[in-house]
Amino acid sequence: MTNRFRTASGGRIDRAAPLSFRFDGQTFSGFKGDTLASALIANGVHLVGRSFKYHRPRGFLSAGSDEPNALVNVARDAARAAPNLRATQVELYEGLKAQSQNRWPSLSFDAGAVNDLAAPFLPAGFYYKTFMWPAGAWKRFYEPKIRAMAGLGVAPDLPDPDRYTQNHAHCDVLVVGAGPAGLAAALAAAESGAKVILCDEQAELGGSLLSETTATIEGKPAADWLAATLATLTARDNVTLMPRTTAFGYFPHNHIALAERVTEHLAAPGPDLPRERLWEVRAKEVVIAAGALERPLVFPDNDRPGVLLADSARTYANRYGTKVGERAVIFTACDAGYRAALDLKAAGVSIAAIADLRAEVSGELPSRALAAGIDVRPSTVLVGTKGRLRVASAQLAKVTKGAVGPAETIACDSVLMSGGFTPSVHLFSQSRGKLVWDGAAGAYLPGTSVERERSAGACRGVNGLQRVLEDGYAQGEAAALAARTYTSPARGATPAPAAPSRSIPASAEDLGTDGFIGATPHGRNPAFTKAFVDWQNDVTAKDLKLATREGMRSIEHVKRYTTTGMATDQGKTSNMNALGIVSEALDTPVPKIGLTTFRPPFTPTTFGLFAGAARGDVFDPVRKTAIHDWAAEHGAAFEDVGNWKRAHYFPRAGEDMHAAVARECKAVRASVGMFDASTLGKIEVVGPDAAEFMNRMYTNAWAKLEPGRLRYGVMLREDGFVMDDGVVGRMAADRFHVTTTTGGAPRVLAHMEDYLQTEWPDLDVWLTSTTEQWSVIAVQGPKAREVIAPLIEGIDLSKEAFPHMSVREGTILGVPTRLFSVSFTGELGFEINVPSAYGRAVWEAVYAAGERFGITPYGTETMHVLRAEKGYIIVGQETDGTATPDDVNLGWAVGKAKKDFVGKRSLLRESMSAPDRRQLVGLKTTDPKIVLEEGAQIVADPAAPVPVPMLGFVTSSYHSAVLGRSIALAMVKGGRARIGTKLMVPMPTHAIEVEVVEPVFYDPKGERLNG
Amino acid sequence: MLIITCPWCGARPEVEFRYGGEAHIARPADPSALTDAEWADFLYNRTNPKGLHAERWRHIHGCGRYFNALRDTVSDFFVTTYKAGEKRPDIDASSGGSK
Ligand SMILES: [Zn+2]
Repeated sequence: MTNRFRTASGGRIDRAAPLSFRFDGQTFSGFKGDTLASALIANGVHLVGRSFKYHRPRGFLSAGSDEPNALVNVARDAARAAPNLRATQVELYEGLKAQSQNRWPSLSFDAGAVNDLAAPFLPAGFYYKTFMWPAGAWKRFYEPKIRAMAGLGVAPDLPDPDRYTQNHAHCDVLVVGAGPAGLAAALAAAESGAKVILCDEQAELGGSLLSETTATIEGKPAADWLAATLATLTARDNVTLMPRTTAFGYFPHNHIALAERVTEHLAAPGPDLPRERLWEVRAKEVVIAAGALERPLVFPDNDRPGVLLADSARTYANRYGTKVGERAVIFTACDAGYRAALDLKAAGVSIAAIADLRAEVSGELPSRALAAGIDVRPSTVLVGTKGRLRVASAQLAKVTKGAVGPAETIACDSVLMSGGFTPSVHLFSQSRGKLVWDGAAGAYLPGTSVERERSAGACRGVNGLQRVLEDGYAQGEAAALAARTYTSPARGATPAPAAPSRSIPASAEDLGTDGFIGATPHGRNPAFTKAFVDWQNDVTAKDLKLATREGMRSIEHVKRYTTTGMATDQGKTSNMNALGIVSEALDTPVPKIGLTTFRPPFTPTTFGLFAGAARGDVFDPVRKTAIHDWAAEHGAAFEDVGNWKRAHYFPRAGEDMHAAVARECKAVRASVGMFDASTLGKIEVVGPDAAEFMNRMYTNAWAKLEPGRLRYGVMLREDGFVMDDGVVGRMAADRFHVTTTTGGAPRVLAHMEDYLQTEWPDLDVWLTSTTEQWSVIAVQGPKAREVIAPLIEGIDLSKEAFPHMSVREGTILGVPTRLFSVSFTGELGFEINVPSAYGRAVWEAVYAAGERFGITPYGTETMHVLRAEKGYIIVGQETDGTATPDDVNLGWAVGKAKKDFVGKRSLLRESMSAPDRRQLVGLKTTDPKIVLEEGAQIVADPAAPVPVPMLGFVTSSYHSAVLGRSIALAMVKGGRARIGTKLMVPMPTHAIEVEVVEPVFYDPKGERLNG
Repeated sequence: MLIITCPWCGARPEVEFRYGGEAHIARPADPSALTDAEWADFLYNRTNPKGLHAERWRHIHGCGRYFNALRDTVSDFFVTTYKAGEKRPDIDASSGGSK
């Protein structure tokens, strides 16, 4: 197990713990503490992907979550596969299996690379310009082809077998980022007694300290200080440390979403562990210590494998004991290039040259580089690189007075670049804080806050290890203090950042604030160069300039036109350079170009995390009645009605739905059937003013309804349109048993509460939802009374004593019942309300009692047919929110003498009684066998010139077994006046002739209701 | 997710609440006395301000009560909440804060 590109010693890897892993089928070795990236680099592997658009060979650019290139698929098995993981964040474990993506057939030979040669034909906005027409071709042809060629990873198509949990946490101070600023902030807040959560996206806490080899803090080597600080924080019971935890979203009122990766790094995850945990944190105060991201330099062919960010190369050497190559050329605009050069040289990498964009090169780091004998070249740029699957040389050229001189080729196997550091303001920006351009820092920095947060350290432009530590401590202390006086989540005026309150002496190389934004000069023909700005979306400097030439001015437009910054890396490495290039092209200062909005998530987040436990059976609550299991045992087919499972029909052996429904319908009309109506909404309206309240809420008059009687009630919205309906029983002078439609129950209760609480708080009325408390067993048919009579005690069931539309209280099998004489079928009928706990027992008793009459359980389909034969409407089927009571033949239910009720004033508007309104009618097809399609349009003459005037539409349509023909209900313009006339229902192939009829098809006189 | 202060229960997360439209629009005592235009104004016309907006919220997954709130439509933050029936607090938009 030898890694050719390992340093002799050092790093935070455990050299005593070798691990074997596979990448694209080949076996490699690494060490515990490696990432997949560092282990591959240690094995000399840099080619790890093909680019999105041009399929150019790509290697690692960075060592962290900003990595745009090295996206891999890590799969434990066919179901446990995660695409698009950044290899720089994948922790190595024994047996890890990873695959590169976006290449076919293989990484080293990729057929899609022809796109690179065709690049002159793939400019910015190419997709928009080229694939616009013919209509429909995008969906049928272009999109699938482009997706196949330019896809990212492939998601597994098996169900995810892992668990994801969702948790809430509260704290005084949440510190995001455990680099020097975050650690100091957590320390200060913890010492102030605050309850602290410190989270960091990396496996190890420490941030930039993990890459320090020579820095000291408080007299100790940085690594020792880090270990001591973590030990101190761990020992405190007011601190929670959360490694492998990304703060990916900042939502209002300090609601921060954290993604904790629990098992991704384990070779054999315990079965008890969830794969990831979502933490929804509410913090009184937040300290953002997100650090800064190194910027690439934009020069031709800056994307070859082996071209990396300089400080990332330093991290590979110092933290992972891994050399990015044998011989490096460095291109820098700041001192970070020198620091990397010195550390890499110490690790055994030879430094061929340092090309420095700056003319003046002075200071401690450059001096040390010169002293170390490194070839330092000021005013020098890289104008290109060569090498097919790995960089093999760099072309350096002197810049004199803006002119690029001749190029000199220097052989190398790696190119390390640094354009300076960009403060990571993503979370601050997500919190809706205002960013301000700081000319001196050459960066956008946090300005006015919206939330109770403060930034600390490099993410607010503070640099230098000691200053960062002291700033972190000060902000942490200030946050703890603010949390102590917390009274509400509101942010007052943005406080000035706290001044350092404690000295934390530290020594480390000072990088200063130099840097570069934009594209470096190269003097080459821009038509034949590709200088990448956005690696993941394959956007070049040329594309951005083209966008400005084509008229884009705002950075938001340039972003959408070129897709720069729109990839999964959210422009972490690209945004500032894109701004710089657009600024130069438009000759407009950067702050005038604007900045694109940073949106969550900070890094890609799994769907599993968001779904949590809400999958499969528990995705959405399922509501079942007490009789559900009986129906299931008797072979019912179910349908979903809202969250309810309702028995749809009860097929017998060999029956399809049509046959079952026809049998069920006939049984009810001929003898008796039973139906589970428990899902009906129920509201108990109680109080001295209950009748007055009902008067105002429903169209009907309630004052004279005697206790013991039922009435069909119609409820309107204030705009006069039918909202709900249901049978209401007056149980006592001050008590109503209100029923609503199955789907309407919550809406009706909220509507009632609204008026009761806010318009008529003077009414003494109480509303209680009782939907779940009652099981409702409808017994319908000529034999209904005979079936239930033997079971009922305390109620005289005779026609005279218990007429249609009555309610009586008594017992059934000793169980208290509210017995309704009511029918939604047109037959003699009863609805037995019993407490839900007894629902099934009573149902079974009724079923047994009905056996001698052949009692037939029926489902919602039969219920629908039977009510349609009688022309009873279903709110939401015949009505669509634009029907008045009169439109659906319910004018009789409106209490004309009532002074007021909800919706009454609207009904008085002239248009609400216009004769050409759509009205409920029946339709009979000329051919009785044809069953119309619900929703079909109705016209007078299908041959009329388009647009053909639409007269209405079919709302309900069934085959009626008892009538031996089809029936339909419809809403038709001026429908009642058209009764007796013929209309047409046009279908794609032909038009169907129908006759407009009265909407009551069966027993129009209603004689069967009384049995 | 916002924290909303129910005047009856205290501070609770936004998911416990439901928006109820603009506040302080009383249903006319005698709707039949209104012209069609006046009735339409009551039914449909709302102020839709940029800045402070008095609106109704219901603590639907808590006490079930309707209450009123002043919310800044620019920042989305609540400035204050108060019980139904109480007068709109005399706060101007520049006070900015949120509760
Ligand atoms: Zn409440």
